[in-house]
Amino acid sequence: MINLLIRRILYAVPIAFGVSVVCFSLVYLAPGDPLQTILPSDASAETIALVKAAYGFDQPLPIQFLKWLGRVLVGDFGQSIATRRPVSLEVTGALHNTATLALFAVPIAFSTGFSMGAIAGCFPGSWLDRLLTGTAVIGVSLPNYWFGIVMVILFAVEAMVLPATGMGANGSDGFSIFRWADARFMVLPVITLSMVPIGIIARSTRAAVSEVMGQDFVITLRAKGLSEAAIIRHVLKNALPQVLAVMGLQFGYLMGGSILVETVFTWPGSGFLLSKAIINRDVPVLQGTILMLALIFVATNLLVDLAQSLIDPRIRRT
Amino acid sequence: MPNTMILPTAMIEPAAPKQRGYWGSVGNRLRYDPVTVFFGLVVLAIILAAIFAPLLAPFDPYKESIIGRLKPLGWKGHWLGTDELGRDILSRLIHGGRVSLLMGVVPVAIATVVGGTLGVVGGFGGRKVNTAIMRTMDVFYAFPSVLLAVAISGAMGGGAMNGMIALSMVFTPAMCRVAETATAQVKNLDFVEAARATGAGTLTILRYHILGNVLGPVFIYASSLVSVGILLASGLSFLGLGVKPPTADWGLMLSTLRQSIYVNPVVCALPGVAILITSVSFNLLSDGIRSAMDVRM
Repeated sequence: MINLLIRRILYAVPIAFGVSVVCFSLVYLAPGDPLQTILPSDASAETIALVKAAYGFDQPLPIQFLKWLGRVLVGDFGQSIATRRPVSLEVTGALHNTATLALFAVPIAFSTGFSMGAIAGCFPGSWLDRLLTGTAVIGVSLPNYWFGIVMVILFAVEAMVLPATGMGANGSDGFSIFRWADARFMVLPVITLSMVPIGIIARSTRAAVSEVMGQDFVITLRAKGLSEAAIIRHVLKNALPQVLAVMGLQFGYLMGGSILVETVFTWPGSGFLLSKAIINRDVPVLQGTILMLALIFVATNLLVDLAQSLIDPRIRRT
Repeated sequence: MPNTMILPTAMIEPAAPKQRGYWGSVGNRLRYDPVTVFFGLVVLAIILAAIFAPLLAPFDPYKESIIGRLKPLGWKGHWLGTDELGRDILSRLIHGGRVSLLMGVVPVAIATVVGGTLGVVGGFGGRKVNTAIMRTMDVFYAFPSVLLAVAISGAMGGGAMNGMIALSMVFTPAMCRVAETATAQVKNLDFVEAARATGAGTLTILRYHILGNVLGPVFIYASSLVSVGILLASGLSFLGLGVKPPTADWGLMLSTLRQSIYVNPVVCALPGVAILITSVSFNLLSDGIRSAMDVRM
């Protein structure tokens, strides 16, 4: 087990390094000068050179990369060009808000999706199965930003029971999920975010359950005279590790892929920060946010991997 | 990896099966699968509507009208109403399919060729080649797809072209993995050994023995990516990273109509319905073809 742990972590290190190379190079895909947003258009050559030196843009790329990596390793992502605040502060605040949504969306998606998939898988071919798998297909095909707009139309514009956008009067300062006045701002974004994972988890559960159903031990259980309910319990227990892995990946996707939903609800999370950084051409924030989100994704994948081999000893041998 | 799922549709074999080839039996299975046939026809209709958009659209999609803004369904011959500049929604939806389909399908095609080739080379080549290709792909695989698409196209400054480049880069690693897995599985089978023993060269083995077994999974996976491609492409347009106004595009329409949900909510939600129908249809078609071709992934 310890061996496996070390091997998996060692495998994640070069990936994390590669990810940071990609994040750093992203900036150089951009046409034009990253500094043009903060420099006045009539800046003299000396001013430009001065500012470039201040941000370190005058050095060769590999040196810039190593310096940037060195600072990133100690948690210093530089300063936002747009707000002059440290990027690390901006990113951690935004990540916190994104995680708040994801931590609610994932359990909802798991419980709903798993039940849907389990019921569908236990009664293959029935009308219930058709209904549930059909719903799941809509879930995985859903443009969730559109679904968010529809939710706003239904519950904020027409019924006027929930707020349309934002995070409450005080923004993210003093936001408490235990106060309904604050928490009601989360309802629509959480529901919207959980739709696609519900579809994906339901489909994976259905596939896992029907795969386990076809294994020999199920025949043995049935031959032993076990009740159908007990057999289903065994089947679900065997399908669970696979579905848990899918759920873990979905958490990573929700953390890194919530940009569209956060834009719809102007939720001040990492996705929203990212879209602002793109509009403002705020290079340090862009690099920092993408790097943090990608590293979180790598870390979740690693954890999922380890958790899966903890639960299911069959995976450990491969 | 996409999850394998077989649609619960009855696959009835005829009583006295004649000898028929692989494609014959695939076609036969499809014929008895009404869900797949139906959604295949929907996909066909969407594609044809996009191709013949100028002939089908009842109005000019760029014709603005000051008095006819945000009108409800059925207003003066505008079946689906008008948008915030008085342009006919139905005509814009039909025309918008062109950009949306193109931006969804082209990256999948590019990724299939590039990723598929890299995957076959990685799977068939030696250990070093495999490590070099697959570890590079792993790095790109370590980004959530939406994030990578937004990051690349955002860094490149948006636009339809950059969006397609970004989406190609998102799909290539996944495609490469599928092709690599399939190649590695086939490579060590007995019949490949036998071919080598009879003196077949590397190219012949690749051409006749590997490709034949890799194309199936690659094709199925590509078909399942089309729906993701359309969703991501309209997502990029929604964020303003795709085509520029006034071009008709579903994602962009959704983004500009969003300002008007307080005036005419039904009309504002329509472009999303178009995206949803297209993406559901491509997904179900892909699922149906997968179970008909009996490809396990």
